[in-house]
Amino acid sequence: MNRRTFLKVGAAAGATSLAGCASAPRNPGQVDEDLAVLVDLTKCAGCRMCEFACAEANGLPEPVIEDDAAEVRRDTSATQWQVVNRFETSKGDVFVRRQCMHCVEPACAAACLTKAMLKTDEGPVIWREDKCMGCRYCMVSCPFDGPKFEYNSAVPRIQKCRMCWERVTQGSGPACVENCPSEALTFGPRGELLELARQRIYQQPDQYVSHIYGEHEAGGTGWLYLSPVPFEELGFPAGIRNGSYPELTRDFLTSVPVVLTVWPAFLLALRRSTAPDESEAAGRGPDDGHREVRS
Amino acid sequence: MNVIDYTPARPAGTLAFLRGELRPRGRRFTPFNVVSVLIMATAAAILVVRFAYGLGAVTNLDQRFPWGLWVGFDVVAGVALAGGAYVVTFLVYVMRLERYRPIVRVTVLNGFLAYVFYAGALVLDLGRPWNVINPVIGNSFGLTSVLFLVAWHFMLYMTAVLIEFFPAIAEWLGWKRVHRVMSGLTVGAVIFGITLSTLHQSGLGALYLMAEGKIHPLWYSELIPVLFFISSIFAGLTMVIVEGSLSHRIFEDRLSSRLKRSHDDILVGLARIAAGAMFVYLFLEALNFIHGRLWHEMAGGWGAWYLVEVVGFVAVPMVLLLVGATKGNLKAVKIGAILGLLGVILNRLNVSVIAFRWNEAAHYVPSWMEIVVTAGVICAEIWVFRWVVRRLPVLGHRPAWAEAPEAPAQARRLPNKVAV
Repeated sequence: MNRRTFLKVGAAAGATSLAGCASAPRNPGQVDEDLAVLVDLTKCAGCRMCEFACAEANGLPEPVIEDDAAEVRRDTSATQWQVVNRFETSKGDVFVRRQCMHCVEPACAAACLTKAMLKTDEGPVIWREDKCMGCRYCMVSCPFDGPKFEYNSAVPRIQKCRMCWERVTQGSGPACVENCPSEALTFGPRGELLELARQRIYQQPDQYVSHIYGEHEAGGTGWLYLSPVPFEELGFPAGIRNGSYPELTRDFLTSVPVVLTVWPAFLLALRRSTAPDESEAAGRGPDDGHREVRS
Repeated sequence: MNVIDYTPARPAGTLAFLRGELRPRGRRFTPFNVVSVLIMATAAAILVVRFAYGLGAVTNLDQRFPWGLWVGFDVVAGVALAGGAYVVTFLVYVMRLERYRPIVRVTVLNGFLAYVFYAGALVLDLGRPWNVINPVIGNSFGLTSVLFLVAWHFMLYMTAVLIEFFPAIAEWLGWKRVHRVMSGLTVGAVIFGITLSTLHQSGLGALYLMAEGKIHPLWYSELIPVLFFISSIFAGLTMVIVEGSLSHRIFEDRLSSRLKRSHDDILVGLARIAAGAMFVYLFLEALNFIHGRLWHEMAGGWGAWYLVEVVGFVAVPMVLLLVGATKGNLKAVKIGAILGLLGVILNRLNVSVIAFRWNEAAHYVPSWMEIVVTAGVICAEIWVFRWVVRRLPVLGHRPAWAEAPEAPAQARRLPNKVAV
């Protein structure tokens, strides 16, 4: 095996095994089957039963009740996977819950180098303790700041809403949906929930703004929102793009195998073309003196 | 030829030789030694707290700022500054520019140690470092992740650079057979290494592609991977110039006569190449600026800060390097190199820390403990670098039996058994 065969084999092996591969966009039929939740903000009374149900179902500390929910914008945390905030708007108080959006093509899962963050076949995005190395790249990538990290633990975990994955795979709904007394939350396949949301907008156009948040945002999310006022008034994160986030790295990742195969060949050709004379052009430049002595 | 066989006698075999080499040389209580030992000891104590109580106990990181100084400076900036190894090996082994051969070894050593220490510092930042093996052993390949690619390329590149450096280790230990085998692998390792560097230098930029909306528009662009790659070329070269000028003075006794003679020439040549890379970089920045319609972003403090970086720390050093190279003014070259070096650090910190969530009311500022640990990592690297340079044939003075490449043509044609 001479050096050139070695290089060819090396390059081929490199190209196939280390190329990485860009995630292909998911097909729409499959996305329609994802389990999802529709939040109708016109129906939410702000009782925060969902917060308590979430804490109980996931073994988290009980949420603290404060009355100044309009002044203090609470964010989700490592110990509270969902929060309800009150917003004073032109149409009165609107209560908005926040949690992981369970994107159709999640940035966090595309970012994860160990597949700890996983888009399950059922739809919920879950985190797996035995895979994660705690690099927090999911947090850097997520446009909604869904994943939270336990900074004050020697054995830290990433914490976020799992859409009660264990429960939903056994046929029941997420704890928050099942405990909502005002029917603000509906659980079901994403395609059907979109139909339901459109129907509500058509039938009561004066009650809703004509926008289903999450239909296109971040390439589509598993949590969908209907609102009486524009979403900008409700503290939804600004600057979310309509395409998916993994799409942003797709060009780079597809160029990787190209560079891995073309670059070594180009560099070898360049090296041969700079060889001082024909007799040494076969890869025996003056710098390989140690090997040349064998001749 | 000026060949000095400095290799010490080693009658008691390799083990005794190694034991002797481990002993410190030179004065022990120099100001640098005292200060750096204090820093490293403090850093070690901080790391004990960090691993016992979690990252929150020593860093100012929070849910909005998951990556701070340890990623932004140690890894993102540190790896860019280690780019010199792939650029110089490209010049010598692919372009066959013999002029730069005397600095190949020291640059490769620097690159290797930078990767070991700065990429290695990533482990300190990992929340669950015991799982660091997961992306390697194959039970969970996150193939869609840019970080997966970067992590793999770090590991492979460290191996490639170690192969490139191995002849120096073999010369030090007197392993002639190993020396011959490993020297034969050099060109392969170089070509593989350049390819890997192209991908992971740009990959470090591609890490931030999904953070669109979190990074100020003046620093976020689709071109980030290309900009990171181009800037790693002059980051590496300015680092070689600065580091070369320093070690030229500090390790004068270790320099080969060849390197002493040609050192200024080498610096001037590298300055010219660095200036060229800076020009390409500025052109791409301008293209991005016009294409992205970023004029309205220029109002206010962030616009001024952007100008400080692009003009003050790229355009100005480019002119200094170019003028210095043309007029043979080494002072201008060195000042230009220092500015260019700082410019790349500034750029990497802007993307990863400073302009990251620029619109946040309470912005992340590193804690003193994060800074001390970073300083400790740098000190540890300098200690190992100094240890190696003082013992191995890095800056010159190779043993006579290994001098073949620099010997005249007739000498190289000797039969094998004579050469060995």
